[in-house]
Amino acid sequence: MKQYDVICIGGGPAGLAAALSAKENGAKSVCIIERDLELGGILHQCIHNGFGLHIFKEDLTGPEYAQRFIDKVSESDIEIKMDTMVLEIDKKRNVHTLNPNEGYQKLHAKAIVLTMGCRERTRGALAIPGTRPAGIMTAGTAQKLVNIEGYMVGKKVVILGSGDIGLIMARRMTLEGAKVLAVAELMPYSSGLTRNIVQCLDDYQIPLLLKHTVTNIYGRDRIESVDISEVDEKFNPISGTEKNYKCDTLLLSVGLLPEIELPFAANVIMDKRTKGPRVNEVMETSIPGIFACGNVAHVHDLVDYVTIESQKAGYFAAEFTKGTIISGNGICSLAGNGISYIVPQEIRLQNCKIELELYFRVNRVYNNAKIVLRIDDEVIKEIRKRHLAPGEMESIKIKPELLIEAESLRLDIVSTK
Amino acid sequence: MNKQMKYDIVIVGAGIIGTAIASVLSKYDLSICVLEKTNDISNGASKANSGIVHAGYDAKPGTLMAKFNAEGTSMYPELCERLDVPFRPIGSYVIAFTDDDIKTLHELKERGEKNDIPDIRILSRDELLLDEPNLNPEVKAALYAATSGVVSPYELSIAFMEHAMDNGAKLMLETPLLSIKNKSVNYILQTPDNELETKIVINAAGAFGDEIHNMVLQATFKLQARRGEYFLLDKYAGDSVNHIIFQCPTDLSKGVLIAPTAHENIIIGPNAEDVNDPEAVETTQRGLDEVWDSSLKSLPALAKDQVITTFSGMRAEPSTGDFIIQDYDEAPGFIDVAGIKSPGLSAAPAIAEYVTDLVKKYIKLKNKDNYKSGRRKIVRFHTLSYEEKAALVKENPQYGRIICRCEGVTEAEIVDCIHRNAGAHTLDAVKRRTRSGGGRCQGGFCAPRIIDILSRELKIPKEQILKDSSESRIIFGKTKGESLK
Repeated sequence: MKQYDVICIGGGPAGLAAALSAKENGAKSVCIIERDLELGGILHQCIHNGFGLHIFKEDLTGPEYAQRFIDKVSESDIEIKMDTMVLEIDKKRNVHTLNPNEGYQKLHAKAIVLTMGCRERTRGALAIPGTRPAGIMTAGTAQKLVNIEGYMVGKKVVILGSGDIGLIMARRMTLEGAKVLAVAELMPYSSGLTRNIVQCLDDYQIPLLLKHTVTNIYGRDRIESVDISEVDEKFNPISGTEKNYKCDTLLLSVGLLPEIELPFAANVIMDKRTKGPRVNEVMETSIPGIFACGNVAHVHDLVDYVTIESQKAGYFAAEFTKGTIISGNGICSLAGNGISYIVPQEIRLQNCKIELELYFRVNRVYNNAKIVLRIDDEVIKEIRKRHLAPGEMESIKIKPELLIEAESLRLDIVSTK
Repeated sequence: MNKQMKYDIVIVGAGIIGTAIASVLSKYDLSICVLEKTNDISNGASKANSGIVHAGYDAKPGTLMAKFNAEGTSMYPELCERLDVPFRPIGSYVIAFTDDDIKTLHELKERGEKNDIPDIRILSRDELLLDEPNLNPEVKAALYAATSGVVSPYELSIAFMEHAMDNGAKLMLETPLLSIKNKSVNYILQTPDNELETKIVINAAGAFGDEIHNMVLQATFKLQARRGEYFLLDKYAGDSVNHIIFQCPTDLSKGVLIAPTAHENIIIGPNAEDVNDPEAVETTQRGLDEVWDSSLKSLPALAKDQVITTFSGMRAEPSTGDFIIQDYDEAPGFIDVAGIKSPGLSAAPAIAEYVTDLVKKYIKLKNKDNYKSGRRKIVRFHTLSYEEKAALVKENPQYGRIICRCEGVTEAEIVDCIHRNAGAHTLDAVKRRTRSGGGRCQGGFCAPRIIDILSRELKIPKEQILKDSSESRIIFGKTKGESLK
């Protein structure tokens, strides 16, 4: 059985950053396992710009951003297994793989980093009533067909959900000559980045219908039209408000879910809110030596943050192989009023030697509010914000000295006038 | 083009009934043709139903439903083994919440005894909850039936058709039947492109059985399309229940069932709504709400975030109240197999045997010399051990490439399902045969790759690959940049 110090499962932005960081921190043998034929993951189909503003202070496209990391990996002695699927991982950190050339293999790693990313919620998951014709697909699938394969998926398009991929695809389809009739969003706010609403919808006069959803789908072969209705405070469609839109395509951008097949089957403990594995201050899951970062841990809005988090996970995966991480129980980061989740969920103070960064999302839009950090019920930090939205991930840094002998940690959002 | 073809037997409809009959008759030295108006097998009621093989206590003693259900269900284990179709004899419970319900359980048990159903008994609340701990604790008792099971109904139809074709039967897809005329002792069947001459016509046209009947005979029955809506849950919810859970039928409602599927998802449904159009297989908010709300009575902890898809199916409710399976003195050689509502899936194997007996009245049946009783085994890669997997990839590297990650389906399995008899030509046809695209991402990742494989294997451009029906194109041509190349 082949042995590695660190195996990263998934060669997208998270896997690339984690592998490089593990290598730089002294892991001798590092392997990236990628099921596709190229490294870079979903970035290859993200041909728009806006990547790298934080990490490189440059405005890059997805493929350009990916290439910077792919180049570094190629220059290193990190091993790449392409066209390879991981079938199973276990708590002994065995990795069972399959590919056409080597067939089935069992590998072992001193540390595993889960970097499989996420997938899109579907029409089926929303249980939208109506027929089941062709022409309904997730925005990401459409993006792959249009940007990678070079095929048009429709001419008259309705988009449900205002997630970033949906917004990007509204612009993309428009540029390709399709007519995007509307973007319907169930919530009273968009879950996408503000810049995408401006640059992808407003610039092309594509209406964003907040508090609206698709309530029926028509057409038996190819989709022919949809009904869009306004929803009430409880998100139930208000009868009588439905309006029919003739279209040949319905794209869905209604949320992303971490890809958790492998950790789930290995009995890694999951977080109900992030839908990914619970992680601690070093991005380690409930199974020692199995780390998770990027969109598999929680869905990010910017790839730059995926990179930063994965660098951290890769660094600590290497530390784990050296035996420098101190095990034991930690304190929970408590998501208080106005917070939907915090990552990491658990903090073991003994390992907090450098600044601890908490990532979190708020549960609704706040104008003029403050983020309040409490340790042992004492207010430690307050950050005033003019605008907070669930679509934009927030973070807060905590100095290690503040955490000494802490028994509880909690974040709240408080409105200010 | 107007070609004339001659057959001993033409079967109208490639649903579970038509294909089961074709499979049984293919044992004999006969020329058989199956006409199907859609572009795949099992595209009507056979595709979208609960997939339950009923024990047989439900049907009124003395009916054809009772007779064929009991016989058919007893044939399932051998049949599914022989044709390599997933079948799980997991048993069922009818659960009771009130004293009236308990009375119903006893009535069903008595009926079951009259129908000669083995292994049925009434269980106490405690026994039941030990077996099914997630059920509503307010449950009072249950009727257990050991012989109930779950099967993948479309995979069974496909297996029947493939088996029949392996033994020489012919399948004509996208071939609607326009009319039937008499020509001395034979029938002439008109389709858009051909005229088929045959000694025997078997009407297995599902929801359109009355229309086909009326092409030959006076109207003697009518079929009412009755729609039922369903939820399908993720495999993550697969252990919510271990058996098929029926609710007690009451005056107000027939109740909905919750059951593991042959592939270890959970299915919930159906409701029952009469509709005018047998092809109106859409779901409705009202119908879905009705199904979900009633299912909560059995399983209060059901969670909507486990739903991976919803669908509806159509059953053909006969005006006679029972299956219509007969030949007619005034139309020798024309055989109706109509109004095959629930428990039609359970009854199908027995119906096919019975119809074979009817055929014997018109043609002397002679066993085929080189009859193959089964079909070539299907590799279900994800079910194999690592050793078996390793061996397969050595043999064929396409087993080393997982295309559908949710269901663990390999490229080799997809290629195989395209090239078998009764093979797949569309995305949904591949899904029905291999499960790729049927998992939690609903084809989000694998659909573009399966489009590639279909295009490559069938040697047709990607623009012509269909999702499902004949007009369900997925791709609208090249993008601007690509079309300039």
